[in-house]
Formats: sequence, structure tokens, C-alpha cells
Amino acid sequence: MADSRIEISFTLNGAAVTVQVNPRHRLLDLLRYELDLPGSKEGCGEGECGACTVHLDGIPVNSCLVPAWQVRDRDVVTIEATVAEDVARMLDSGATQCGACTPGVVMTARWLEANPQLLERFSARELMAGNLCRCTGYDGIIDGLAVAAPDAEEE
Amino acid sequence: MKRIEGVAKLTGRERYVDDLDLGEHLWGATVRSPSPRGRLIEIRFCDDINWSEFTIVDHTDVPGDNTVFLIEDDQPALVVDEIRHVHEPILLLAHPSRDAVRRAAKQIEVVVEPAEPYLDFRVAPTPEQVQRGDDNVLKRLEINKGDVEAALATAAHVIEGVYETGAQEHVYLETQGMVAWLDDDIVTITGSMQCPYYVAKAAERALGLDHDHLRVIHAPTGGGFGGKEEFPSSLAIHTALLAMKSGKTVKMIYERAEDMAATTKRHPSRIRHRTGVDEDGRLVAQDIEVVLDGGAYQTLSPVVLSRGIIHAAGPYACDNVRIVGKVILTNSVPYGAFRGFGAPQSQFANERHMDVVARELGLDPVEFRRRNLLRDGDSTATGQVINDGTDRVAVMDLALERADYAGRRAALRDFNATHPYLRRGLGLATFFHGAGFTGAGEVYLASRVGVAGLPDGRVEVLSASTEMGQGSQTVFTQIAAQRLGYPHADIVIAAPDTHRVPDSGPTVASRTSMVVGRILDDACAALCELLGDPDLQGDALREAIIDWHRAHPGAALSVEASYRPPQGVEWDEDNYRGAAYGAYAWATYLAEVEVDLRTYTARCTDFLAVQEVGHVLNETLARGQIQGGVVQAIGWALLEECVFRDGAMVNNQLTNYIIPTSADVPPIDVVFLENPYAEGALGAKGIGELPLDGPAPALANAVADALDVDPRVIPMTPERLMQLVETTATHG
Repeated sequence: MADSRIEISFTLNGAAVTVQVNPRHRLLDLLRYELDLPGSKEGCGEGECGACTVHLDGIPVNSCLVPAWQVRDRDVVTIEATVAEDVARMLDSGATQCGACTPGVVMTARWLEANPQLLERFSARELMAGNLCRCTGYDGIIDGLAVAAPDAEEE
Repeated sequence: MKRIEGVAKLTGRERYVDDLDLGEHLWGATVRSPSPRGRLIEIRFCDDINWSEFTIVDHTDVPGDNTVFLIEDDQPALVVDEIRHVHEPILLLAHPSRDAVRRAAKQIEVVVEPAEPYLDFRVAPTPEQVQRGDDNVLKRLEINKGDVEAALATAAHVIEGVYETGAQEHVYLETQGMVAWLDDDIVTITGSMQCPYYVAKAAERALGLDHDHLRVIHAPTGGGFGGKEEFPSSLAIHTALLAMKSGKTVKMIYERAEDMAATTKRHPSRIRHRTGVDEDGRLVAQDIEVVLDGGAYQTLSPVVLSRGIIHAAGPYACDNVRIVGKVILTNSVPYGAFRGFGAPQSQFANERHMDVVARELGLDPVEFRRRNLLRDGDSTATGQVINDGTDRVAVMDLALERADYAGRRAALRDFNATHPYLRRGLGLATFFHGAGFTGAGEVYLASRVGVAGLPDGRVEVLSASTEMGQGSQTVFTQIAAQRLGYPHADIVIAAPDTHRVPDSGPTVASRTSMVVGRILDDACAALCELLGDPDLQGDALREAIIDWHRAHPGAALSVEASYRPPQGVEWDEDNYRGAAYGAYAWATYLAEVEVDLRTYTARCTDFLAVQEVGHVLNETLARGQIQGGVVQAIGWALLEECVFRDGAMVNNQLTNYIIPTSADVPPIDVVFLENPYAEGALGAKGIGELPLDGPAPALANAVADALDVDPRVIPMTPERLMQLVETTATHG
């Protein structure tokens, strides 16, 4: 079956883009293999590990579970919008080791940092539980969050 | 020092193998055996796919020896006709479209004439199931010290126990991946791997190429944990075969399901203890049998068995020890290297058994360990006299004091007496881990490291040690900078490329900082010596390097150093006697668990890891190694269960194979005691694998404490705990 591509426009890291998308592609495929943004990683392809996390209209989503055409007219922010100053605390705390989960971890952490009121209802460990990491044991990640839990649930 | 590639990783700029811009290229896929044992009869290609679009490779396309070279040439790169495990690779496909090649691989039907598989290593094989020797034993090893039978005959108490551990999947977050292409007459391979020279040597054999015509370049690697020690050799051969046949660049990236089903895992174990203790609660005999499931091919199993048995008796003084180790060939997917390499299995059994024995004797587990821990001057099971100045009892006491062990136990008893359905318990493990290759292994490896003075005065480190998250690039930068009096920014770490860097040995066995780092230190010294002054440092060294290049335009200023064995380390490989390792790290871990009697879910609610690891080179990196290792071991103990059906893993996805999330584990409290090791780089001992050894027994001992049951099998899933509680209630 020939791929009949669909034209969509959306906002990507603050800039307007128009692309022809393969209807079978996931947002992750579009970003990695068509738009040269390989920062988002595929860890499981089924929404369990969070390595492919991007912000869709400001909310963290697994880009492996979003059909690419669904981002039409929406706002997508990827790890490529992150600069060194944004992650200085995570660098100090040892939040990254192998780095494969890291882009997703950072995207969830940045959402949390932009929405600190979430920590009034949930612990940082609960809010970060959608991002699997096999290297750090999570302490380096939790310690690297630039927002402290109001009740200081850690240590 | 901060991790040097840290910002690149945190901002998504690090380029892993699947991120490389390859231009026009093909995607590869693997067609695998559907059954665990039999004879390949036919491969059927369906009619509705245009196969002329595909590059297709089978065993007849292997130009060299059809083997994945490692210890023994038993594993073919591609099946000829005999099938020995599910998912064994039979055929390779490549096509410009990833989706097309993955769909096509599923459309090929493999017809197998089945034979009876041998799948449970704990039960003796039937005659039809025997496939090696007369008992399927791949390797047998034995350690003997003193006279175990005589000591058991006269011991005041003899206590037995059998312990089992399950398979564990590595779950590196980056799946296995490789790219291969042809540069004129050189086959070049890059990808995710721990050991570029293992890949190179295996690929040279299978592809029939010499060193000059086969080049392997390490790509940034998203986790390994042993899973990228030997397995990448097989994938590299496959990718290169497709590149050679098609003449194009080929990329193979495993999807998670394929990675979990078809690659190596931690060896399942069954370990039997028979322990003699005297009237004073001192060990007089340890009789231990360690049996591992090796899977269908040898891979590194004999070496895993070796490390397993050497650690099986734990860090205790006992004059009479017999340890028999066996690894069994089955028709499971081959088991292989996994962080800890046999020691987590054998020390799970030993540390759980120590609590079982203490309980039988009516002794507190702490007191029993206090009476038996190795003191300086005592010897290990292999007869290695330990004299390193570390007080192992003090390591334990520090942990007990920091955790307020006595106070906490009393508080938990009160909690358990009053809570309607939660039960809490505290457990400990005292254990050790030898760093570097076993016995004379480092001498055989004869690892080398190069350093080069660059024309601008900076210094480049040339080693085959790979970065996979542990921070080797950062630590090597620190070691070279300290030795040379340089700022960190003026040390350059070369990418491990077998056409540029010498063979520094594999990046395994907790050896990189301690062993390879020491060789790097020597190489730095050799550079200064070459420039005429062994004491050259900082600006003077920079000037000397720049001057040398002015005098030798276009020439390379590089030196190499190689491994120097520590003095007085003797190992008798035939009898398994002597110094098994140059140095050991020593540790006491304490775990608190909470079991919910409504769901039988056990959670780790508090964890303390105290260890003596020599000099700590980088506190953030070292702490991260311990915390990450502990959590990986918590997963092995409580959550991670590989479910097999007919030899195939059936929960091969992260939805069904559960690893710990941030919400499943507590903060891991890490304490380092530092007793510098003279033969390690800047006083360091190895630490990477140590944290896999202690958590599982500490957690099992804590579950025993919480529920007054006797867990002997991990993972301690809710199903197992429910059965354990109900059985104990019935019989107790």
C-alpha cells in the first residue's frame, strides 16, 4: 500500500512548521527520522518507559503513542528546546548516567518545574514515575529537580 | 568534577547509534527460530511480498567461520540446520524501509522438525534431552579448603538450605543497535557496545577479515550492565553481513520486545548449603553447590560460574570449605554477563543462609556475622589471606549505628503488633566483591592504554574503555589531569576505535577505574619520561609537548603503558587456590521492607548501603553507581520475573516485565569508607558490581523478619509471598 502523506502544520519548539506526514508514523518517528530531532528516544514503543516524552500543548506525553498527524495545529516542544542552564542542577546531582532515559526525564522535570502546584498533591517520586531509569536509582533525578516538595518528602 | 558528557545527555544532544545521520541506508531485521530445539527443514517466503527488493542473508553468506567467537566456538552466527533455542537467528533481511523490513520478517515461515527440549536445569535431563557429554554439564569447577566432611561430622550443628534466583533482564534503556558500512575494502561497524575489541575479534573470525580490514567504533551507549558485553558481537556480525552483501550502509536496531526475548539475561541459579557450626557459633564447615542455567550456548557462563563460586562462601572465616559449581546446558536463550556476574546469585544464597543458620542457633543475625566475618590474617575460600587493613566488623557496626538498628527493630515490632495489615521488617547482608578479572585474567588480558601529546599542548587519552553511563570518560579525565597537573578541559578522551586505540581489555568486571585507570596513570608518567623529565607537570609539560612538535613536525607524540600485575598476587587456576582478586570491596547493606497482607506486595521502604571501596575518585559518580545498582537489585529481588513458555520469554515488554520506578523505591543512603588500595588508580577499588550483591539477601532477610517466614526464592512476588505465608501458617 503506497503511503499517501498528509500535510499538517504545527508549532515545533516555538517555530511554525508544515510537513507531509506518513499516516502510519508516530510523532516520535516524525521527530526522529523526518525532522532531524533525534533527542527523543524510543525505549519501549508502548508508553511504559517515558524516554520519548515531549510536551504537547504544555503537557508531557509519550510521543510513541501519538499518531503524527494528531499534532496538527498544536504546540510541540522537544528536548532540543532545552539548554545547558536549564539542567545545571541535574548535572550536579548526577541525574544522568547512560543518558538514554534522560531526555524524557528532563521533559517531565521541566513540566513539573513549570507547575510546582502539582507537588501539593503528589510526591516528586509519584510525578516522575512515568520515566523509567535503569542507571541512577532515581536519587540523582529527584535531587536534581529545581523545585522542592512543599512537605519535603525526601530525606 | 562534573560528568563531561553530562550536558550533552541532559539536553538530548548525545548521538547514539540510532541517532546518527547515515544518509541513504538500509534497515536490517532478523528471522528467528520459533521453537527451542530441532532441525531446520524449510524457510517459506510468502508470495505477496516482492522479495527482490530485499537483501537476504543466511549461513551460506558467512565468508569466515560461522561462529560467534568467545570462549568456545559452539554458537553459530546464523543457524545451519540444528536449532538449540527459541529466537535463534536464522535469516537476515535488509530494505530501505524500516516498516517494510519488520513486516517482511514476520511473514517468513520457519519450519522446524522438533526435538525434545531441555528447559529446567534443576531436573536431570532424560536421555533424549542430553546434548552435551552425558549430563549437559557445560562446565564444572571446584574449590576445596580443609576437610569439609570431617568438620561436618564433628560440628555441633549442621544446617542445610536450598536457595533459588530467577533470570533477570538488563533493560538498558537503549536497545541493542549496530550500523555497518564499507569504506573501500574496510568493513566498519559502529554501535552500542561495552567491548569494541570483543566485537572486532568476533567479526574478524566470522567475516574472514584481518584487523586492518575490520574496524569497530564505539558509539555512545545507553546502558549495558553486561548485556552489551558479549551479545553485540552477534549483532555486529549480522549487520556487517547485510552491509557486505548489499554494498550499502545497514542499520539494525532491536525493538524492545525482540531485545528482551532474544538477548542474554542473568543466569538463574539453584544453590545448596550445608553448614557446620561449633558450640560458640563459629563456622567450621561450608559445603556449597552452585548450579547455574547456562542456556543453549556457552557464552561467558564458565567465567560467571567462576566468579559465582569464588564469592559463594561470603566474607567469612572458615577453615573447611568445599564449593562445587556447575553450569548446565539447556535449550533456553543463552544466559550471559550481567552486572555482578554470578556473585549476586551466590551471595543471595549465602547471606540468606547466614540468617537461616543464626535463627536455627537462636543467635541474632548481627551477632552471628560478628563472630565469623573475616579479620585481617584470615583466609577466603580459595585460601587468599586478607590483610588489607579494612575492619569488616567496623563496616557492619557503622551501618548498624547509622540505621539505629536496635532501636528500629524494637519500633518495628511494636508497629507489627498493632497494625491491622502492614508488616515491617529489617534485614542485613554483609558481603564482598572482587574487582577486575579473576585470578590471572588481567595478566592474560595484558591491557594497554595510550596517551598522546597534541600539537597545541593538550593531552589525548587513547583507550578501548567505553562510556555506557558509569562515567569512565570523566574519571579518566580526572586521573590524567591529576597526574599531569592539567586542567580537565585540556584532556581529550579519544572515541574507542579499534583502528586508533590500543586494546585496554573489556569494559566489565568493575575494572575500568581501578585497573585501566592505573595503566592510564602509568602512560601519563611514560609521556613525561619520553619528554626527558618524569616530574614534568602543567605549563612546563605543555611547553615541552609544543616544543617536541616544533622539532618533529607532522609526527605523533604518543606512548603506551601496559598492565603491571600487583606484587605477591599468585593464582593457581588448576586448583582454584590463591589470590582470586587483587582487591575486594567490603559492604554491609540494611533494608527495611513493608509487606501489605491484603495484597502480599513487599516494598522496600528504607535502604542503607555502607561500603569500603578504596579511594573514591568522584563522589557523585560513585554514589550514582551504588544507588543505581541497589535499585536494579531491588528489582531483581521483588519485582522482576521473566516468565517462560516453551523456552521463550512471554512477558517480553515493559508493560509486563516490571522494573522499579521512582515511586517503588526509597532514597538510597550511601556511605563510603575509604581505605586506599595501593595498586588501583589513585587508590581506587572497583565498585560497579558490588551494589548488585547485597540488596536481594537484605530484602529477603527483612521479609523473613516482617512475616516470620523463610523466603528462599527470588523474586519475592506477591504470588510467592502469599504462598509462603499460607504454607507457613498451615505447617507452623
